Amino acid sequence: MNEMSRISRRIFLAFSLLTAGLAQAQLSIEISGAGANRIPVAIADFAGDSAAARVTSGTIRADLERSGLFKVIDPISAQLDENSAINYGDWKGRGADALAAGSVSRGGDGRTESRFRLYDTQKGVALGGAAYVTGADQLRAAGHRIADYIYEKLTGEKGIFSTRIAYVVKMRGQFLLQIADADGQGAATALTSTEPIISPVWSPDGGRLAYVSFEKKKPVIYVHSLAGGQRHIVANFKGSNSAPAWSPDGRKLAVVLSKDGNSQIYTVNADGSGLQRVTSSAGIDTEPRYSADGGTIYFTSDRGGSPQIYQVGANGGDARRVSFEGSYNVSPRPSPDGKTLAFISRREGRFQLAVMDLASRQVQVLTDSHKDESPSFAPNGRMILIATEVGGRGILSAVSVDGRIKQRLSVAAGDVREPAWAPFSQ
Amino acid sequence: MKKLLIPALLSALIVGCSTTPVPEDGGAPVEGRDPNRVTTVDVTKLDSSGLPAALTDPKSVLSKRSIYFDLDKYDVKDEYKDLVAAHAKFLVANKGFKVLLQGNTDERGSREYNLSLGQKRAESVKRSLNLLGVKDEQIESVSLGEEKPKNEGHDDAAWAENRRADILYRAPDNRGEF
Repeated sequence: MNEMSRISRRIFLAFSLLTAGLAQAQLSIEISGAGANRIPVAIADFAGDSAAARVTSGTIRADLERSGLFKVIDPISAQLDENSAINYGDWKGRGADALAAGSVSRGGDGRTESRFRLYDTQKGVALGGAAYVTGADQLRAAGHRIADYIYEKLTGEKGIFSTRIAYVVKMRGQFLLQIADADGQGAATALTSTEPIISPVWSPDGGRLAYVSFEKKKPVIYVHSLAGGQRHIVANFKGSNSAPAWSPDGRKLAVVLSKDGNSQIYTVNADGSGLQRVTSSAGIDTEPRYSADGGTIYFTSDRGGSPQIYQVGANGGDARRVSFEGSYNVSPRPSPDGKTLAFISRREGRFQLAVMDLASRQVQVLTDSHKDESPSFAPNGRMILIATEVGGRGILSAVSVDGRIKQRLSVAAGDVREPAWAPFSQ
Repeated sequence: MKKLLIPALLSALIVGCSTTPVPEDGGAPVEGRDPNRVTTVDVTKLDSSGLPAALTDPKSVLSKRSIYFDLDKYDVKDEYKDLVAAHAKFLVANKGFKVLLQGNTDERGSREYNLSLGQKRAESVKRSLNLLGVKDEQIESVSLGEEKPKNEGHDDAAWAENRRADILYRAPDNRGEF
């Protein structure tokens, strides 16, 4: 699609998924494309406990490589800790603009400490460093934290390697709502059902998911606390209850109800109280999403004859049309900074991810696929996670906002769909 | 088909009015039947779902529960008017029975937008039942969107089968299909 050389790597990450009853699932990530100017960076082999250090430095390298913004330089077995003297000329000669070195030590209490320092080899100075104490089973989490630090120092933006994603797997007649690290590892199942689960959305504090479950033979909205597994019904009115969206302060949800006929948008408190109607049209109003400032709601409506994106005040009022090109523009998702709108646009019968610059109204299509769905911004606004289809199977794809970098996430024995990228952890 | 049948029946009536008795079950349109006629439902013989045989016996018109829609269409087609009328008649005569109308769509497009389109199909069947005298309290219309395809295929034939509204019944004792 782009002129840049297409690199393609495959990392197969096998891990056991679930508790009782379900077989193992294998999740794989495939990366294609890269940024135009990748920053060359070397991650030395960390010193200390060698098995633990291998996990940490391996995680950092995989994270940076996967982002498409870095070219990871082979350290050629150089083992350096955070206090080793650095021969800057040597690393410059290997083509690295930046270098990270560190160590991982195991404490007697089962905890590990990962320390590192980051250097600018061009200027010959240390850029900073940190230490992270984690449980022995959380070595990869420490690696993600270090990768986030390096990413932020070198790009000026917050990294997303420590964030999580939610998605639904359809496998052998079952629907699993799963949570995994942003790289697809460490998947845990929050809900198992024989009936469909759709439209998961993260609460702004990252602790809860709202979603639509069909376990009562009709769509009903639940809020589910991930740590304890408690859940409660937010909307189960006569008719269909769907498309939940959190307000930025986490106190309310915009929801879609058909209790008065066709689908219309309402708001409700997170405990299910205080229902208020937002839209009143003769047709369909659905897929609400609050703007970043919480003042307005973007939504999909067929009030003009074809499904298009509109914007309305969070308490109602007159709606303003936002999308104009084409006859099918749906699933609006404003970026975290409020400047961009991601959505799905039908072009010549193909459903593709598009972004609109909200100031200029310029639209850019980011994919060449045919069945893109359910876009979700990474919390730093750099990537958009979508569901799409490859070879008849449902997969997830993370696409950079310029369309250059693409990662694919799939499960061998099932369909993956309905992705939702979690906010930064607090 | 009905439209062709009615003139044919009329001419049969004119030709044979004095001698040939018209068979009572000669395929006359539903609205031509006695509006006060009450169909007796024997709820003592329930099948495994807890519903009377009138609703589940394959020979009964009421066992037919699916209404199919054209692409991008949400109105009940003429060919399903008799089917909807038969269900309306049953529900008017049996007020203790409830129905769940489930609207469905094909797989193309946004899941949530399709959920709303399926709702539109269910609402359309509900309105038809309402017009024939069925009370709101007996009906709930919901949507399964594209989530529960009857045909898992990805071609025109599969999509046509999935553009559908289904009628599910529940008996007064709360046994039934939902």
